[in-house]
Amino acid sequence: MLTYAGLSLLALFTAFPFLWLLATALRVGGRVFGFPPPLPWPLGLDNFLGVWRTMPIPRFLLNTVLITGAGVGLNLLLCALAAYPLARMRFPGRHLVFFALLSTLMLPGHVGLIVNFVTMTKLRLIDTYAAVVLPSAVSVFGIFLLRQQYLTIPQELEDAARIDGASEFGIWRRIMLPLIAPGLATLAIFEFVAFWNSFLWPLVVLKSPERYPLAVGLLYLSGLFAHNTRLIAAGAVIMTIPILVVFIFTQRYFIRGITVGAVR
Amino acid sequence: MRSPPDAVAPPQAARPLAAAVLRRRRVLGLTVREWRTTAIAYLFLLPGLALLALFTFYPVAFGTVLSLYEFNLRTLLGTEPARFVGLAHFRRLWEDRVFWLALANSLKYVLVVPVLQVCAILLAVAVNRPLRGIAWFRAAYYVPVITSIVVVGLVWRWLYEQDGIINYVLTRLGLLDRPIAWLGHPTLALYAVMFVTLWKGLGYYMVIYLAGLQAISPEYEEAAMIDGAGRWQVFRHITLPLLRPAILVASTISVIAAVKVFEEIYVMTGGGPMFRTFTLFFYIFDVGFQRFDFGYAAAVAVVLAVGVMVLSAVNFVVFRRGGFEYY
Repeated sequence: MLTYAGLSLLALFTAFPFLWLLATALRVGGRVFGFPPPLPWPLGLDNFLGVWRTMPIPRFLLNTVLITGAGVGLNLLLCALAAYPLARMRFPGRHLVFFALLSTLMLPGHVGLIVNFVTMTKLRLIDTYAAVVLPSAVSVFGIFLLRQQYLTIPQELEDAARIDGASEFGIWRRIMLPLIAPGLATLAIFEFVAFWNSFLWPLVVLKSPERYPLAVGLLYLSGLFAHNTRLIAAGAVIMTIPILVVFIFTQRYFIRGITVGAVR
Repeated sequence: MRSPPDAVAPPQAARPLAAAVLRRRRVLGLTVREWRTTAIAYLFLLPGLALLALFTFYPVAFGTVLSLYEFNLRTLLGTEPARFVGLAHFRRLWEDRVFWLALANSLKYVLVVPVLQVCAILLAVAVNRPLRGIAWFRAAYYVPVITSIVVVGLVWRWLYEQDGIINYVLTRLGLLDRPIAWLGHPTLALYAVMFVTLWKGLGYYMVIYLAGLQAISPEYEEAAMIDGAGRWQVFRHITLPLLRPAILVASTISVIAAVKVFEEIYVMTGGGPMFRTFTLFFYIFDVGFQRFDFGYAAAVAVVLAVGVMVLSAVNFVVFRRGGFEYY
């Protein structure tokens, strides 16, 4: 019983900021700050309707969906392609490629902030979705994750397909890809969270607010309408709900993905 | 009706023979079949490796070069050539007071690591029990990890307000005489942001330690219990040493993240008040994208890169020393 009390207290510590956010977003009128803190009453959805109608939240949401969709899709495709030969083929340079990939986990990624901006300017991609997505369109974490998954597939399946005359691409497409589905699901969820929440890079390469994803747009709006805490809070709730829904249904994948990432 | 065997035999025998010869012939040390596999392998690797080369490997090399050049907005737009300045940027860094302030703040930020790791280990031990509903508690502790830093930063900014709820609770409990503007306070602002990093990161490290704990065979702990060891002794002398690999991984990740902290600061304080929460990464962003002095920003990035590598090496050595006799 004491254990549950302790665990609940800790849960309150992690959940409290969210509860406060929700209460603020649902409170229809009155002040947000001040002593004593106002009670969340009266409740209503006015702030959600307000932020949806008066601020470009639908546009930001659409941008976020486009960026996240493209990012997740590209990661699944490119990681599934790149991990395949690393797991199941022998060829000269395999070890070199493997260690090059491993080294990226130690490389100072932040240098990319400056240089990739210069590259994007040269490619004339500044202020496009492509500039947001491309630098993280393939994740080394994803390649390692899927490589592990490919390694578990028995060799007999591959041999049988080859005897039946399947091409290399056909073997990958029809035999391998369906069998790494659990790995693909884990990767999809992780990349979904990463792209949905990505903030710094879009902030750097996007110039026009009509292309902002929610993370950048929300901060932009909070700067423009600093006094309107309730509307911004409603926007923050709108941004958080999809992540929470995905998380509630896919918890076990998160735990697995992180431990793969940690033990590598 | 079947053809006479000797009429069909030559072509049938010839084909495998030719194929066998072809298979054995080596071009540059590889057989034709091996060349084919190699070509296919690199075709599969090509799109991914090309993107990594352009956006991950190339920046490391070009970033170092860039730090030796004067490269500003005019250079970027092509109206002025990049000018080689050698180590001038690094000399300028030496004299740059804001750089030293940022460096000091980044190092101070590492103070969050031991606190964060100790809390995460205790949390992992607390949830590593077969209790009913424990999965929901673990999930609850993990939610801050997957929430956008913008949402988290905005909410904590509101909680930290002078007339916000944190000040209300602390003054009512008598812990504060009067409300504090946490994020506007010259010394407390950095620690206030660090607290948010702690709050957001706990669940992430908890999962790493949970995996570490679950890899420990319960027999060790049971044997120690039978020998009369108390719960604290078991934790101190059995669990903690066995958890060392997890601690190494988690604290390395955490140190690097702390030195490179940016987003929390950008959302919550914008580097203020008076540069008191200015960190190295924030300085790179500021020099690069507010002042468009890309060469100088690259120089700061190189210093940060060296720092990160040194710190992770130190971290590795410290945890390795004396740690691996258990395996």
